[in-house]
Parts: sequence; structure tokens; C-alpha cells
Amino acid sequence: MGVLADSIVSLRHVEKWFGENHVVKDMNLEIRQGEFLTLLGPSGCGKTTTLRMIAGFEDVTSGTIEVQGENVQTKEPYQRDVNTVFQNYSLFPHMTVFDNVAYGPTIRKVPKDEIKKRVTEMLSLVQMTGYEKRKPDALSGGQKQRVAIARALINNPRVLLLDEPLGALDLKLRKQMQVELKRLQKKLGITFVYVTHDQEEAMTMSDRIAVMRDGVIEQLGNPMDIYQHPDTRFVADFIGESNLFDGVVKFVMGNQLAILTPSGMITAVGEGFEAGEEISVSIRPEYLSVSREPGDGYELLAHIKDFIYMGTVVKTSLELENGQEIKYSRFDPDESLHEGDEVFVHWDPLKSVAIHTQKAVTPV
Amino acid sequence: MEKNKKLRRQKTVRFFGDFYAVLMYAVFYIPVAVMIVFSFNDAPRNYYWQGFTTGWYAKLFSFANTSLISALWYSLVIAILATVISVVIGVLGGIGLRKFKFVGKQFINMNIYVPIIVPEIVLAVAMLIIFMTLGVKLGMGTILIGHCTFCIPYAVVTIKGRISGDNETLQEASMDLGANRLQTFFRITIPSIMPGILSAAFLSFTLSIDDVVMSNMLAGARQSTLPVLILSMNRTGITPDTNALTTVMIAVMVLGLLCVNAVQKHRQKKEAAAIAESEAAISAARSNV
Amino acid sequence: MKTRKRKNRLPALAQAGPVSVWMVLFVTVPMLFIIYISFMTRGTFGGVEYKFSTASYQTLLNVMYFKVIAKSFKVAAFTTVLCLILGYPFAYYIARKPPEKAGKLIMLIMIPFWTNSLMRLNAWMLLFQTKGPVNNLLLALGLISAPKTFIYTDWLVTLGLITSMLPFAILPMYSSIEKLQKSMLEASADLGAPPAKTFWRVTLPLTFPGIFSAIILTFIPALGIYTVTDMLGGGKVLYIGNIIKNQFGVIRNWPLGAVCSCCCWPSPRFSSSSTPGFPRSRTWR
Repeated sequence: MGVLADSIVSLRHVEKWFGENHVVKDMNLEIRQGEFLTLLGPSGCGKTTTLRMIAGFEDVTSGTIEVQGENVQTKEPYQRDVNTVFQNYSLFPHMTVFDNVAYGPTIRKVPKDEIKKRVTEMLSLVQMTGYEKRKPDALSGGQKQRVAIARALINNPRVLLLDEPLGALDLKLRKQMQVELKRLQKKLGITFVYVTHDQEEAMTMSDRIAVMRDGVIEQLGNPMDIYQHPDTRFVADFIGESNLFDGVVKFVMGNQLAILTPSGMITAVGEGFEAGEEISVSIRPEYLSVSREPGDGYELLAHIKDFIYMGTVVKTSLELENGQEIKYSRFDPDESLHEGDEVFVHWDPLKSVAIHTQKAVTPV
Repeated sequence: MEKNKKLRRQKTVRFFGDFYAVLMYAVFYIPVAVMIVFSFNDAPRNYYWQGFTTGWYAKLFSFANTSLISALWYSLVIAILATVISVVIGVLGGIGLRKFKFVGKQFINMNIYVPIIVPEIVLAVAMLIIFMTLGVKLGMGTILIGHCTFCIPYAVVTIKGRISGDNETLQEASMDLGANRLQTFFRITIPSIMPGILSAAFLSFTLSIDDVVMSNMLAGARQSTLPVLILSMNRTGITPDTNALTTVMIAVMVLGLLCVNAVQKHRQKKEAAAIAESEAAISAARSNV
Repeated sequence: MKTRKRKNRLPALAQAGPVSVWMVLFVTVPMLFIIYISFMTRGTFGGVEYKFSTASYQTLLNVMYFKVIAKSFKVAAFTTVLCLILGYPFAYYIARKPPEKAGKLIMLIMIPFWTNSLMRLNAWMLLFQTKGPVNNLLLALGLISAPKTFIYTDWLVTLGLITSMLPFAILPMYSSIEKLQKSMLEASADLGAPPAKTFWRVTLPLTFPGIFSAIILTFIPALGIYTVTDMLGGGKVLYIGNIIKNQFGVIRNWPLGAVCSCCCWPSPRFSSSSTPGFPRSRTWR
């Protein structure tokens, strides 16, 4: 595992303890120049702490953090060439929008007319022209967000850190901002390190996602890889919706597996599995098929519990013989199915993912 | 019918509420009114009303009553110094005690509440004993120390109540953008708690200039503060020009209050204008796009 | 490999340092010293002789002193109770108003207290003088046949105490009541409680922190204040505050003064656990 040539932020063997809590455990991460990388995970997984360590607001307990090849641990936040967009924007309430955005250059004693030029540029970049004289309390959430971004970007940081910046916005605005942020990042070519617990958001915006749990990166990869080939049970469950079956491998034929689960025998595809091994199988709701008659492959007997009409898809809850509930989704409703009906559930084994129960994680 | 009953009940409740409030305000303002009225009393000392005159104001503004004027001056100087010292120490302390952890923090926190909770006389006596034992001469210095000792806790408490967790992220944002700790302190921290600082300053000033107990016990033989002078006058009766002085003082304070209000209103108007201005600019920008 | 940057202690020292030093120097030390002194003997010419003795504490048990101390406590307690009873409804009234108006109302309470407290006390004296307005009014109304002596009585002193202490009771209670969420009262009504029960079971308990602060901020100053008794009592009314002052002025019995002070001194445990709901944003602007 060497250092990639275009790696702009490196975390090596980074550990963080808060008293008795081991919040970040032996983290190794190489962030590439120009990429949009998201740290994704549930609350308490250590993603925000990691971000803050890169920014300089938390010390690492051990390990190294390098930005552009330089070890930054001895540097204060104001000495690092990274900027942060905070979760609650943190706009200075006693300053106007102009002064807020101009803050970084003002500190660095950039000449006044140069500042004016840059601020105007930045504000037009985030579509906030005309708001110069307003104070933050006269702005809406989305507007504050843009100002915060302008304020950070005006300093031409090599890396922009974003800590759940869209959390406080309503759904529609959030989706709009996601697209805008992504476009902005592509346009400027700056590396974005983004933190969120919203997996849809991560999938929409990221070049790569680092899925974190309990202080550890469980999987690092691009959205498609993570969705189609989850490495661990947690990732399979956290990303998108998933039906998970835990069981024991009964036989292996090449890359075809037959697994015995409490709900019955099922098939899956995977490399490197042995008979007798305990594994999990993940199959996405959209890859299930349902039929009235039994087919000729492995399938499970279930009866329909209820339907939820989501607008874009219809989600059906099915209960298997042993009580496990699974989800099945399709674009339009199947008129022939009713609650309480007994059906057979099957799927293309190539679409299912077999997951080792214990997986050692070594992403790069 | 039921509705009428309910409405009537609400009305009576509201009436009694208002009546009670007026009564309360009367209780608070009657002494003030009496004080002002008796500044026009045509008598050498204020015992009872003997006729109307504005002569006392004339005497006041001619600075003829030297003991009164020098006491006023003395009190003002002490109050201003006490305010400056207390605000600086108290604001720094309020910020620091909230942010940092160190050995003995609990102890210091407890100590801060002592001057607020304990009767002033106990504190005054304690300091007096120390000063006398150490042979420190009583005078402006000791009074000043005494005043600061009870002003600082009030400043700390006021500031602590104003700083929210938001403040921490603002400081982080500032440092993230390249400002070091000192710059952050003066550009961000202080301005954002400015209302709290002004509150603390006002509170300190008021406490100091009105203080009797501490000033009495820690005073030197020669000069007394204004309240102490008034206290000593009580035996023989208070001269109406004292009333005139305190009337002028309260008038100045109320004027100051009105000015501050006016400034605030003006600033609000300016901000509303700025918003209107930016609305125009925004629609202009939009139409250009 | 070097991982952590040096911890910069300077900010902490600069900010929390001065206040800590001041507190220790001018609060802790004097307070401890006063306890120490209370166990010393009175010097022959006044002052202190550093010989251990509990004589001063024994003096306290002397009936005369004891009476005064007991009376001071009684009056302070009475004042506190009255301030609570009179102040709470008023605090409630203000808290029910919209915040803008409430702020102004609070400011209106504060303005009279910007005047010199002694002058206000003097004003009460002038009102209740033998030839003063109150007596004149009562005479004119025929309620009394001869002018009554109000001045220099316990009664007047209590009135003075109450009017001086009322804002200290009102402010914390207002602060606490204002924080009470309307939805709590609505929930109580929704569950079937009439207004009186809601007050007793919901409002009062939830505003107790404010009441507690009010008690502390009223009772303790009321104990130690000697200005009220001096101004309105004319030396004839003697409370503990006066005694303390005399010990250090005229009589020069320091240990006794120290002992009396210790009586007034409540446990610091009260102070740190309950933050007096002191002047908040809108009240002091």
C-alpha cells in the first residue's frame, strides 16, 4: 500500500480517544486531489471527529495527518490550508454578508479593492449577489448556507471540509443544494471532504464514499461499488434498502453458493466462500420477483403483509414462514396481489451479494 | 351565555391584573416622585414641605456645596474605575471559566457566587479586617477594591448567561478562516457578546455608585462617597440640594436610556433600508442573468 | 512520531487567571480570616489579640444579642415571604405579556432603582413624617384624631426593606415564569385540571427555581442591611447589621463583629448549585 501520487490528504494510523471512548480506531485514508469524498455513517461513528482532526479543531491521539505532503499536527487551524463549512453555518452575526465573506482575505491583509473584487466574484458564484449589506439574521437557511460556502471558498483552499451542511434544510432545498454543490466542486476542481449520515445524499454527490461505523471505515469505494457489492453486513444494510439473510453455506459450486437460512434455502453468488461458513446474503428489494406458482429454482414462501405507495415505487412487505420480514419494490403496483396472499419469492442469484460475516477492512 | 360569562371573567381577571401592576409601579415610583418634589422644598433640611423654590438647583449648579460636589466626584471616579476593572476582569473571566477546565475551577466558581449571595456587610467586614491587620491605609484604593470584589461576580454571571455554545463554533469558524486566537478574540468573540458586556458595565456602574455598606466600612477618614455622605446627613436631616443632585442624576440616566433606544431604532431602520436596497439589487441581478 | 501540538496554556491563563486571582485574594482569604478572627480574643485597646477563645461566641448567647439576632432573622423572613407573595403575581403578569412589552415593563421597574437607595428611603421617611403627607391625609379623612408616629418604628423599617428588596424577588421569578412553556399549561387543561389546580400542580412547581433564587436574593441581603434600619429606624431599631457595624466602628470588638458576620453567612453550597436567575438579555438590554 503505497502513497498515491495524487493524494492530497493522508490519514495514517489515526487514533482518537475521548477519555475512555475510542472514537476513531486506526484510520487509514488517502483522499485524492480533486475528488468528492464523503464520510458516511450513523451518529457517533467518528466521521465528524475525523473531519475536525483534519481541520485542526481536535488533536489526534496518535497517528499522522498530512495535507499536501506536510504533517499538519503541529499546525493550528488558522495555519492549515483547509477551510470548513460548518453544520449550523456559523456566520458571524454582527457582520454583514460582505464582511463575512471578506473575513479570510481581511485577516490576510489583502488590499481592499482586491477584496471587493473577490467577494463579488464569490457571491455571484453562489448566486447571492445583492445580499452584501444584509446581516445573517435576515437570511434563510439556504441563503446562509451559500454565504458560508462563499466565505470558505474565497480563500482558495486546497481542501474544503463540509460537516453535514445541508442537515437543517428542507427536503426540496436540500436536493437542490446537493446538485449545486456537486456542480460547484466539479467546476472549481477543489477536493471536497463531506460528512453526512444521509446515504442518499452521499450516493448523489460523491466520487467515493467511506462508510464508517464505530470509528472504523468498513468500506471505501465509489457509489456503484458500494451499492452493488457491499463488503459487510452493515454496509449492505446502511446503504439503500436491503433484505438480509444470515445463514450457513451448504454447498459451493464454482461461484454459486447454496445457503441454509432460518427462512429456507437460498442461492447467492460470491468468490472465496467455503462450505460450513457463516455468511450473510443481501438482496435489494428491487431485484426480487414474486409469483403465485413455485418455479424451479430456490425460492421462499411468503405472504403479503401490506403495500406502501411511495409515488416513485410501491413497497410491499412480505412475511416469510419463519416470521422474517422482507421488502419487495417495483415501479407500479401489481393489481393481482392483495394483502394476505401467499406467494413465492425468488431472485436472480447474480444480483445477490454474499458477505463474509467477519471482514477485515483495509481500504486505500 | 356561557361565552359571555367566560369573557366577563377574563375581563375581570385582566382588570385586576392591570390594577395590581399599577399599584406595584406606584409603590416603586412614589418614593422617586417624593424625592424629586422635595428637591424644590423651601427649607434648610428636608423634614416636611415648607414651600416651593428652585433655589436648590441654582445652588447645585453653582457648585457651592463643596462636600456634596466632592462626594459626587469621588463616587463617579470610583464607579468608572470599578466598572472598567470589573468589566475587563469579569468578561475575561466569564469567557475563560466557561471554556477552560483546570484544577480548582469548581472552587473559583463557588467563590464567585459568594459576594452575590453573602450580605455585603460580611464581605466588607472581612476585607476591613484584612486591610487593618495588614496596616493598609483606608481610602480610595480600598473602596475601589471592595467595589470591584462585588462587581466582578455580577459581570461574570451576566456574561456567562450570554455565551451560548454557538460562540464556540464562531470562534472555530474564525480560526478556520485564518485568524489566530488573539484576532478571533477581538474581531469575533468580543463583538458578538457586546450586549452582554454593556449590560455588565451598566450593572457594575450602578452597583458601585449606589453602594453604601462597602464604601462606609472601607472609607478613609477624609473623603466619603456620595451615598455615605447622605447616610451621615440622615441624622441631621438631608439638604434639598442633595435631592436636586440625585434628581439630576436620574434624569441623566433616563436621558441616556432614551438615547440608546433612539440609536437602536435608528440602526433597525438602517438595516431595514439595507434589506430593501438589496432586494432591488437582487432583482436587478436576476434580470441580468 | 510527534503527534500532538504543544498545548497553549496562555489563553486560559489570560482569561480565567485574573478573576481567579482576584477571587482568592479578596474573597477566599478575607472570609477564612474572618472565621479565624471570630475565635480570637478582643485586644485591650480594641482590635485583636491572637489568643484562641470562644468568648465571642459565648457573648452571642447572651440574651440581649440573641434577641437582636432572632429579631433580624424574623424580620428578614417576614420580608422575604411578603416579597414572594407580592412579587409573584406581578412577575406572572409581566411574563404573560409579549416579549417586547415585557422587556419594557421590566425596564420600568428598574428605573426607580437607579436612584440612590438612601434617597428613596428618605422619601419614605418624608412621607410618613409627623407633619407629612400620609398623616395629613389620614387626619383629613378623619381616620385618626392625632398624627401617628410612623417613623423610627419596626413597621416602617419593614416597609423600607420590602420596597427595597422587591425587584430582587421579581426578576428571578419573572425569569423562571417566562421560561414556562405555554404548552404545559395547555396540556394540563386538556387533561382536565381547572386553572387553580393547574397553577398549584404545574406552574408553581415548574417555577420553583425562580422562587428559590428569589428567596436567596431577598433573605440574605435583608439580614445584613443596616442602611434601612439606620435611615428609617434612626438608631432606635437595632438589627444584626447595625451591631456588626458598631463592633467595628464605635465599640471595636472585632471578634464579636466577626462572629455576628458568620451568622449571616450561608453555606456556599446554596450558591453554586442554584444560579440566581439574574438579569437576562431583555431585562438589562
